[in-house]
Amino acid sequence: MALIDDADLNRIRRIRNGRLADIFFRWLTWSFMALVLLMLGGVIVVLVQGAAPALKLFGFDFLITAKWNPVTDEYGALVPLVGTLATSAVAMLVGVPASFAVAFFLTELCPYKLRTSLSTAVELLAAVPSIIYGIWGLFVAAPFFQATVEPALAAWLGPIPLIGQLFSGVPIGIGILLAGLILGLMILPFMTAVMRDVFETVPAVLRESAYGLGATRWEVVWKVVLPYCRTGVVGAVMLGLGRALGETMAVTFVIGNAHRLPKSLFDPATTISAALANEFTEAVSDTYTSALIALGLVLFLLTFIVLAAGRRLLLRAEVAKTGGGK
Amino acid sequence: MLKSFGKLGRASFFALSALVLTTAAEASDISGAGATFPYPVYAKWAEAYKAKTGVGMNYQSIGSGGGIKQINAKTVDFGASDKPLTADELAKGDLMQFPTVMGGVVPVVNLAGIKPGEIKLTGSVLANIYLGKITKWNAPEIAAINKGVKLPDASIAVVHRSDGSGTTFNFTYYLNAVEPAWAAVGVNTAVEWPVGLGGKGNEGVAAMVGQTQGSIGYVEYAYALQNHLTYTDMQNKDGKFVKPSYEAFQAAAANADWAKAPGFYLILANQPGATSWPMTAATFILLHKTQDKPENGKAVLKFFNWAYADGDKMAKDLDYVPMPDNVVKLVEGSWKQVVDASGKPVY
Repeated sequence: MALIDDADLNRIRRIRNGRLADIFFRWLTWSFMALVLLMLGGVIVVLVQGAAPALKLFGFDFLITAKWNPVTDEYGALVPLVGTLATSAVAMLVGVPASFAVAFFLTELCPYKLRTSLSTAVELLAAVPSIIYGIWGLFVAAPFFQATVEPALAAWLGPIPLIGQLFSGVPIGIGILLAGLILGLMILPFMTAVMRDVFETVPAVLRESAYGLGATRWEVVWKVVLPYCRTGVVGAVMLGLGRALGETMAVTFVIGNAHRLPKSLFDPATTISAALANEFTEAVSDTYTSALIALGLVLFLLTFIVLAAGRRLLLRAEVAKTGGGK
Repeated sequence: MLKSFGKLGRASFFALSALVLTTAAEASDISGAGATFPYPVYAKWAEAYKAKTGVGMNYQSIGSGGGIKQINAKTVDFGASDKPLTADELAKGDLMQFPTVMGGVVPVVNLAGIKPGEIKLTGSVLANIYLGKITKWNAPEIAAINKGVKLPDASIAVVHRSDGSGTTFNFTYYLNAVEPAWAAVGVNTAVEWPVGLGGKGNEGVAAMVGQTQGSIGYVEYAYALQNHLTYTDMQNKDGKFVKPSYEAFQAAAANADWAKAPGFYLILANQPGATSWPMTAATFILLHKTQDKPENGKAVLKFFNWAYADGDKMAKDLDYVPMPDNVVKLVEGSWKQVVDASGKPVY
């Protein structure tokens, strides 16, 4: 009788093969990771290289100049930068409270039977391609805004000092306000889905004990659920903001694509991604192309800063929480 | 992070399309790239030519700027542009150019109760609207030339192109010719607009004008017809008000003196003649004078020779004006400039 029988041999072979597969798998995942880093590095290198001629020519003024003149070949990023930030700000002002309210409703108030179907409906909104939002914005929302919403806003908010300035000017429908609102609508399902998921991670015990102490629904959400999952909620908001900053097609349809510094929310403007989508193929001069790539670099840095700031905020919240728990 | 992928994707897309263009140039089919304005008629011609001769013509409508870039990079057999190149630019790239078809740029408006052709504009009024100096529809300048028309007390929403475009080049060229104050803005495929909204492409401008009350825009004639937009009459160089029409474009083209235009550098804006449409425009083909592959150059010229001879009806059906016979003769005479490496004409 042999010392090692066939069954043993098979087992050994399997273990050895398994170990080989392990090593192979580790290398595979490593190489994918490296690929991601390589791509990120590649994007940075290409952007910096492409943007260099324009940045050398205009220097720091590129960021603070509102000029965008293909005739004289002079370019500045101020208008697209302001447009990007303004539309994202409007989107966040509308989208964050709305998605919080929807998530609150879905987790706390909604009848159990409706919960799944309503959640699916919200998530389906996220599956609508952005160009559909753009077309809807231009063909349905813009005429309505021009005829009804913007004159009403101007009459209602116009006389208030400071804020009134934001709601003045010629109502044409197309402009920062509509672009921001459509962006808000687009990021709503993302933020809602994440917020609902994190609200559901709150242990039932916490919730039940709060209710047991006689807390109202509002108090439970505001004082128990929200502090428990602050990190997740901030994460959801950052996800929404990241999407809002870079959204291209829907914004291009309704922002008005005008390289002029807006004075009110009714004014048309442009965003970085809209300017790139509009002008890249026909940018004839080298400086023009380079200025557009420099715009891309600005957007890249902007998104990077926003996401990094979000991360930091979260980190600090974490530290404060564990520190406070001691 | 996601955005960086998007950008990389875009970059690789451009690289890919460049690759596609390169390979197309090596095939036996003719390859071209450029202006979007003549794309419908080029596509129609290509289809008919393929059916007749078996030789295909692959045209990428990437825009006039892109067409100029591609022909300079020699990735295509011919480039196409709505903006003619100057003699200097042609010499620099060892290029020659010739016009193929003509069309009209027309102002379109969205005013309740006003039908196509019911409102008149002059070049100067149009320029001042686009300069932001005339801001109301019932401004005295507009009212003076539209006696009897009920003009609303509404703000004018100006619509222009957001992308670089040959249409914009021809439009700004005309405004510059008729209004001295336009010099501050200048003439180009894209300019720094003092006022207005930007729409992407002729379709984008048409859609925005269609959706915005009190707006004005400019599009190629065919887009105004297809979208049922309200075009305006324009005052021409002779001081007469004319409707945009096939005949008006043709009248402007007939008055143009191509024989005296070196390198066919001729912009048809603001041509004389009582019935001429003031914003008529031609679209051009760009070819290398010295052909690395003479058989490709010959194939391109054969294609356009056929198009001039047999393509007129197809062009007319799509609202383009074919080149008059005397111009075709001039163009075909200029083709002897296209030579192979030894200096022998390829056609």
